[in-house]
Amino acid sequence: MELNQLTIHELQEKLKNGETSAVKVAESVFNRINAVEERVHSYIRLMKEEAMSAAEQSDKDLQSGKAGPLSGIPVALKDIVCTKGITTTCGSHILHNFIPPYDATVVEKLASAGAVFVGKANMDEFAMGSSTETSYFGPTRNPWDLTRIPGGSSGGSAAAVAADECIASIGSDTGGSIRQPAALCGVVGLKPTYGRVSRFGLIAFASSLDQIGPFTKDVEDCAIMMNVLAGYDPLESTSVKAEVPDYRQYVGRDVQGWKIGIPKEYFIEGIDPEVSAAVKDAIAVIEKNGGQCVDISLPHTEYCLAVYYIIAPAEASSNLARYDGVKYGLRTSEARDLLEMYKKTRREGFGAEVKRRIVIGTYALSSGYYDAYYKKASQVRALIKHDFEEAFKKCDIILTPTTPTPAFKIGEKTDNPLQMYLSDIFTISTNLAGIPGMSVPCGFTAAGLPIGMQFLAGHFEEGKLIQIASVYEKNAQIEKRRPRL
Amino acid sequence: MKISSSEVEYVAHLARLEISEQEKEKFTFQLNDILLYIGKLNELNTQGVEPMSHAIAVTNAFREDRVADSIGTEKSLANAPDARGEFFRVPKVID
Repeated sequence: MELNQLTIHELQEKLKNGETSAVKVAESVFNRINAVEERVHSYIRLMKEEAMSAAEQSDKDLQSGKAGPLSGIPVALKDIVCTKGITTTCGSHILHNFIPPYDATVVEKLASAGAVFVGKANMDEFAMGSSTETSYFGPTRNPWDLTRIPGGSSGGSAAAVAADECIASIGSDTGGSIRQPAALCGVVGLKPTYGRVSRFGLIAFASSLDQIGPFTKDVEDCAIMMNVLAGYDPLESTSVKAEVPDYRQYVGRDVQGWKIGIPKEYFIEGIDPEVSAAVKDAIAVIEKNGGQCVDISLPHTEYCLAVYYIIAPAEASSNLARYDGVKYGLRTSEARDLLEMYKKTRREGFGAEVKRRIVIGTYALSSGYYDAYYKKASQVRALIKHDFEEAFKKCDIILTPTTPTPAFKIGEKTDNPLQMYLSDIFTISTNLAGIPGMSVPCGFTAAGLPIGMQFLAGHFEEGKLIQIASVYEKNAQIEKRRPRL
Repeated sequence: MKISSSEVEYVAHLARLEISEQEKEKFTFQLNDILLYIGKLNELNTQGVEPMSHAIAVTNAFREDRVADSIGTEKSLANAPDARGEFFRVPKVID
């Protein structure tokens, strides 16, 4: 095995006992990038120079006993988190030249843990999309089949981990943008509880739904990343002052006697039969290891997508008002007065999906429609949250497929927004309720495409997700495959 | 039709967004599709349900009113397409 193929915990071991160095690990990652990046396009920007000097520093720290939990570990950052002095585009033309004057809190935390940043990962423009096709910088391709999408919006972060172009990565999840690409690329992805990880320095899409989380090659790595990322941040007023456990302690604990809720609304017609079969096999593995399945109902499931496509665009239309050609980013060269400058800058700077959502959101918030749309959606959101509260009285964890189908073809859904939105049908409820969710690989289709399943838990119960996912990972013995590139 | 093409144009104006004729037609068609789908929320009776704005109820994230480090004028203006002195410069607002 090459160094770039290893997990964080495997590399930690090798770095600690001097078997390899952080510089060698970084070189191995950049060699891989040289070999495959042209085909996969996981990154908008590489940070090789910065990475090599960070790796040298890691080696010094490792030698002097000052190493952090991620010293020498190459990590990719979705290009939605601000990096001081390094262009941060959010996948958009309007921010193509934006150089943040500060680091996002997660970037600061990762850096002080010793992480080596490989680059800024590709994404759907402003995280609006499920396929990474709306990026101004061109699409990312699924490493398992280059004619297919990697999922989105954090498609670059997922593909980079799957293609061994980094060891772990950071994504953000507003309606499934970590879990859906994790499933479609065959890696582990966790969306933490709303408020668990600071959003300071995360470019805002829908502020009541956005959350940052990790992509990793296995469950233990997910726990290691969460130990670094989680925690209260005084700079972020919605981050929560709740105790952060050592997530690694949950790895390997059994789930004897746990009740596993199987929501009937998530096992419906229209799910790809191979996805359905893989998830059923996974359920059998968990039952064999002490889990006890119970049928549950989340009765408002069919309304989640409609609620999301009011709330997310409404919040986005407000958040994206700041891109006006005045403070940063693109400004049109054609305007004669201020109003024209705003309108033309935004026309030139935003892509079609972003414009579409700004228009929907503005419409939903406009005078005369607010009660019918935004207020109604916020009321149904309360009902959806209540569904989960009731469900968690009957079970410890909920298990569902992460996506209804495996990765679809590039271009297949770009002309039909509603079809595209439907690929997030199983992930959106989690963000609306604010609970944590995790996607874990659970097999492959006959054509060799990865399949993912999703675990959901109550607020701040990420530890439970890690616990059951590690039991599954250990006992399912899913064949270890790597994409052929 | 839930939304007409002139409404789409008006809403785009409210959002300070210029759209082409072609985009206007396409968006009108697509937005009607989406709004039709969203209309299924009306199946639900939500009378008396308190609207939910945040997943985790956090109120009043107060901190002490103390001056801390800030970015400063120079760095704040560094990304501006057109800065002059201590100001953001914009095209004229009125004739």
